[in-house]
This record gives sequence, structure tokens and C-alpha cells, in this order.
Amino acid sequence: MKTFHSLFLSFVLLSLVSSVRSELLIEITKGIDDPIPIAVVPFSWESRGAATEDFARVIESDLLRSGQFAPLSRLDMLSFPSTKEEVFFRDWRVLRAQYLLIGSALLQQNSLQIDYELLDVSKGKSIYSGSVFGKLSEQRVLSHRIADVIYRNLTGIPGAFATRLLYIAAERDSIGNDSFSLTLADSDGERPIVLLKSSEPIMSPSWAPSGDEVAYVSFESGRPAIYRQNLISGKRERLTNFSGLNSSPAWSPDGNYMAMVLSKDGNPDLYLMKLADRSLTRLTRHYAIDTEPAWMPDGKSLLFTSDRGGRPQIYRYEFKSGSTERVTFQGTYNARARVAADGRNIVLVHRKDRKYHIAVFDIVSNRLQIMTETNLDESPSIAPNGSMVLYSTKYRGRGILAAVSVDGGFKFRLPAREGDVREPAWSPYM
Amino acid sequence: MMKQLRTSGKTFAVIFMVAFLAACSGNTKQNQASQEAERRAQEAAAEAQRKEESLRDAISAAGDIIYFAYDSSVMTTEGRRVADAHIALLQTNNSNVKLEGHTDERGTREYNLALGERRANAVRDYMVVNGVSSGRIETVSYGEEDPVAMGSGEASWSQNRRVAIQ
Repeated sequence: MKTFHSLFLSFVLLSLVSSVRSELLIEITKGIDDPIPIAVVPFSWESRGAATEDFARVIESDLLRSGQFAPLSRLDMLSFPSTKEEVFFRDWRVLRAQYLLIGSALLQQNSLQIDYELLDVSKGKSIYSGSVFGKLSEQRVLSHRIADVIYRNLTGIPGAFATRLLYIAAERDSIGNDSFSLTLADSDGERPIVLLKSSEPIMSPSWAPSGDEVAYVSFESGRPAIYRQNLISGKRERLTNFSGLNSSPAWSPDGNYMAMVLSKDGNPDLYLMKLADRSLTRLTRHYAIDTEPAWMPDGKSLLFTSDRGGRPQIYRYEFKSGSTERVTFQGTYNARARVAADGRNIVLVHRKDRKYHIAVFDIVSNRLQIMTETNLDESPSIAPNGSMVLYSTKYRGRGILAAVSVDGGFKFRLPAREGDVREPAWSPYM
Repeated sequence: MMKQLRTSGKTFAVIFMVAFLAACSGNTKQNQASQEAERRAQEAAAEAQRKEESLRDAISAAGDIIYFAYDSSVMTTEGRRVADAHIALLQTNNSNVKLEGHTDERGTREYNLALGERRANAVRDYMVVNGVSSGRIETVSYGEEDPVAMGSGEASWSQNRRVAIQ
């Protein structure tokens, strides 16, 4: 009976592992010169059986992906302390670790408690200690929350590791049949969940400011239509299905409205939908293409792409006056802006020398800085703390996700194990 | 009562005879006319079929795809030639047509979705100007979401910047 039980358990664990295996891999392509050396010691496991997760590894990977830390290899560690009393600071000074993170995890029934302590190696003292609590199913989220606290303590900026990503995965089989998946994953690409799978294209995933709903465009009816989907209840609604384009859904910062692009009245213009009654207000009225609305954080204006000047450039629509002004003048192609939480830095797609790069544009100084060297870069999305930009590009003939720090100093790639991935959308804080 | 009946019976018989004779003589003439009409109709049908076949041959020769230059929705001379072949057939029947606009992978996806629509609309407008009712034409844009060539180079891109007539 016992054998049967453990066999059954291991089967459950195995299937769990295969279902949570990340679709994305991480390859760091450019590091900064002076990352902060930190030792993240494997956490002790204060319960029976083997540890259910390598908490320290999750935290260490988060810090590594931020580009600002150089985690010490476990192979170099002389000991694995889990309390301050067990720490020999001299050992860690020799290894040139500037900071040390230790911790222990306790599982009781289904409740997990992780205690952790951040230590300054040179001063030989504690900087911060804390605990996180949750269900066993939340063990990775709890680890990301610890990484958020460590990041905030050492950089002064809130961490954005306990957040999630939406992206589109696409595959074409040997006989040319396409398959599109709207996917939700943790910020490290782990625990991917397919929210919608279709043989017709899915595009433009975007988040509600609450983080518990998403909107996207699906061609499942044979034409593009805008849908919203609740991540908690799973409830799904078609918001628009007008003739012509139904695209670029963008939730307002207060969550009550959705900006979108419709061409039902002749050509693509921006519209505003009041979600409570689905009433529509037309915002722009121009024979050119107006598309890709992005809200300014104060909700008082929208940035959008228009080729009314001949080539795609970023414009700004102000709600109060109803006026439109051109924002970008650098080069012949600036499109699909996304605004950082500071309301000042804008990431966009910029063409230079016939190549499409991600650039950051400062709307106060009007300075535009190209952040990527690759070609065919698109769909930039900023982390809620403004530190990193995720985007999609092509690498070895495949669509992949990639990330760059806002200062351009740190880069990594997130190729999928199979097929193409694209259109990343970083969630708000959750 | 009986007499009346018989009289009306006679009258009926006479009328019937007259009608019958008239019908007989008419039938002979009408037979000749209808045979002639049938022959003409057959000829016309054969002619229409030959014409439709030649229109379909013209379409097979021209193809169903109209290609565009980068970031352009202007129909080229070659593109108009392809559209003309389809318009010629559409003018002879009542069938509907679907125009699918596509772009290459360069640039942003939502802008490309709009550009694909602009291409499909350019072909629609050309068809309407040339006598195809707009109610028979459906347009849909796929932007860069449904490429026919998967590579990243002009050879693939030029194939993907297209409107497919269906």
C-alpha cells in the first residue's frame, strides 16, 4: 500500500513538474560592469521530506535577471548557514560577497513560512529580516516577494519579480497549420498557463490596471474582434466585433474605460469605450492610420501612432481639449509607444538605417536613445517599476522575447523551447 | 334544365374544339420558335461558358495575389492587371469576393494590421470604381499575422506584402 501511495505521489509530482516547466529559457547577452556581488545561500528546509522548491535559486535568478547583481556560485560557498549565528563573515569576505541572504522554510500542512535575513558582509551585520507566508502552491510567488524586498533594500527601487507576463506563442506545423496561444506566466517565464488557444491569430494582449483581467484581439470569428477575460473567474466577453479593424485595446489607469482602434467609420481611428455600458466615443477623425493607443499614467491623455504626417510617428491626444499634437520627430518611423510609470520615459519602436530597434524617448527633454542593436524589434513593454523593458525580436529565424534594462546596460534573451513567442505584456504590481 | 345543360355542353364542346385546333396550329409554330430559341440559348450558353472559361483562364494566368511595395497601399500596374482579371469575371456573375490584406513582418503589429486593411481597401475601391458593387466585397486584414513566406529578407517580405482575392 505504501509503495502504491509513493508511486502515485511521484507520478503526481512528475506531472506537476512537466506542466509547470517553463516555455522560456533565459540567456544573458550583456552584463553591466559592476554588478553587486551577493551570496544567496540555499535555504534550510525545516520540515519532513525533501524541499518542495529551491527558494534561494528562484531569488538568485530574479536578482541575476535584474542585471544589477552578480550572485555567487554555490560551488564556491564554504558553508550553507541559515541563521545569523551560523555565519562566518570572514569566509564571505574572502569570497568578495558584499551581501549575504540566508533563510529557512517551514511547511505545516499546506501552509508555508519562509524566514529570511539580508546581511552586510563587510559590516558584519543584519540589514533586513522578514518572513513571508502562503500556501504551498504559492511557493514561487513567495520567493519572488523576497527577491522584491531584497531588490528594494539594495537599490532603493521596488522590485517587480512578483509580477506576471502575458505573451503570444505561435507554432506552424509541418503541413502549415498555425496554432496561437495567449499565455500567462510568472515574470521569470515559469508556470506558463495557456489562457486561449486558437487556430486563428491572437494579438495585442494587455492588462487591466487591477491585474486580474486581460484584453486581447482574437481572429477566432474569422475577423479581428476585441475580448476581455477575467483571470480569476475565467469569464470571457467579446467587447467589439464591428466591420473592419477592432484592435489595440488599452485599459485606462482607473480601469473604467478602454481605448481601442476601430475602422467601422471608414479608416482606423481611436475610440474610447466606457466599459460599464460599452458606449463608444470617437476620439480621432483623420483619414490617416491612427492606432496603438497608450495611456499616460494620469489618464489625461493618450499617446498613439499616426501616419498623418506621411510616416508613422507618435502623437498625443488630450482628453480635455480634444487636441492632438505630434510628439516624435526623430527619424522616419516611431510607433507603438508604452509609457513608464514616471510619465516621462516612453519606449517605442524606432527605425534607423532600415532596422527596427527599441528606443527610449524622454518627452521632457525630447531625447531619443536606441536601446537595442538587433533588427526587427517590436512590442516593448515596461516593468511596473520602470527598470526593464521586455520586447520581441527575431533570433536565428524564430520570434523570441528579449529584455533590456532601461539604461541599456543589461540584456537577456528569452527564447521559447519551441515555436515563436511575441508581444510580451508586463503586468502591473500584483 | 336538361336542355340548358345540353346546350351549354354543346357550347363547351365547340369552344373546346376551337381551342384545341388553335392550340394545334400554334404548337407547330411555337415548336419551331422554341427550337430556335433553344438553339440560340445553347449557343449563348456555350458562348457564355467559353467566355467564362476564358475569364477564368485569364484569372489563373493573373493569379489571386496583388503585391505591394514596402509601407505602400498603392496598386502597381501589375496589381491592377490581376484585379482587372477578377473584375471581368465579377461583372458576369453575382458572386461575392473576399479581400485579405497582409503585410511583411517589419514594423509594429497593430500598425501593420491597419496597413493590411488599407491595402485591402485599395483593391476594394479599385473594384468598386470598375463596376463591382461594394456590397459584394468583404475585406479583412491579417496584418503581419499570417505570412506565406517565413524568412526575414526581401525575398520573403515581398511575398507577404499582399492582398489575396478569394
